[in-house]
Amino acid sequence: MTGLRYVYAVCRPLGAPLQAQLTGVAGAPVKQLPHHGLIAVVSEVPAGDFAEEPLRAHLEDLDWLAATARAHHGVIDALTMVTTPMPLRLATVFRDDSAVRCMIQSWEDHIRSTLERLQGRVEWGVKVYLSAEPAHAAAAAAPAPKPASGRDYLRQRRQQTRAHEDLWQQAEAFASRLHDKLSALAEESRLHAPQSAALSGAAGPNVLNAAYLVPRARSEEFVEVVDRMRDDAAGPRVELTGPWAAYSFVGDLPGEEA
Amino acid sequence: MTVVERREVALVDLLDRLLAGGVVITGDVTLRIADVDLVRIDLNALISSVNEQVPSPFEIPRAVPGTTAAPDGPRTEEPP
Repeated sequence: MTGLRYVYAVCRPLGAPLQAQLTGVAGAPVKQLPHHGLIAVVSEVPAGDFAEEPLRAHLEDLDWLAATARAHHGVIDALTMVTTPMPLRLATVFRDDSAVRCMIQSWEDHIRSTLERLQGRVEWGVKVYLSAEPAHAAAAAAPAPKPASGRDYLRQRRQQTRAHEDLWQQAEAFASRLHDKLSALAEESRLHAPQSAALSGAAGPNVLNAAYLVPRARSEEFVEVVDRMRDDAAGPRVELTGPWAAYSFVGDLPGEEA
Repeated sequence: MTVVERREVALVDLLDRLLAGGVVITGDVTLRIADVDLVRIDLNALISSVNEQVPSPFEIPRAVPGTTAAPDGPRTEEPP
């Protein structure tokens, strides 16, 4: 079977060796493909799974998507230990080594300037959730007393709606303060779409889902500010993830579709 | 370097980054996942699988921009 090349990232030549047993998607060993003073980090993947048609079908399969995403991230994480990689979008696949070299050559200038911009930076993820008001949660858990009349019912509904509105406003105001403060500390920031509560399994809707590009040297300060703001937040819940490779800050190549 | 508690990365956080982040380079296999937000598209399938174990603890009062607040997939609410 012909193998295709799955490319995880492009980076400068590594100063330290990669983990010897590092495997990528489909369990294949990860290799470095040097070209023009840069390296592509690649592994071989079967065409039966990664050619256009089968890949499209696989991406509809959550288990497959999850396994592939985790394997991709595992390689990026390992690279982050030894260098600052420029991560590529999930499932960037080339025909063979020479097609990968061609890609490096075409985008060399852009790759170099991106690596320069990201050098020594990491990404932190910060999410703010609207937490369920205790009284409200209790009310939701226990069946509400049956309203005596239509008017009672409408009054109950109005009160519930108003309580929700207040919670939202409070959480949004907090999220906006937090985002301003963190953006000032970070070199760049990016807002991701809020995550669905049903999907993340989190308690309460997600009001802020942001990523921040922070120099490693300033990460400690960044985390401290998040912790402090978290303690100050009376209602909303703050979640910090990272440090990540700078996935959210690589930008698109000029001329490539975003 | 600050040490943050190392937990397993949540799949949703990962997909945010791998499907909406990373440099988009058109390889030989041309996929338009850049245009297609899979996390949202496949939401119904995801929700039904998530709901089996984790019923949503909170009724979403209104749609969060960019998400599907009211899933069409099967719900696991207790019958009255």
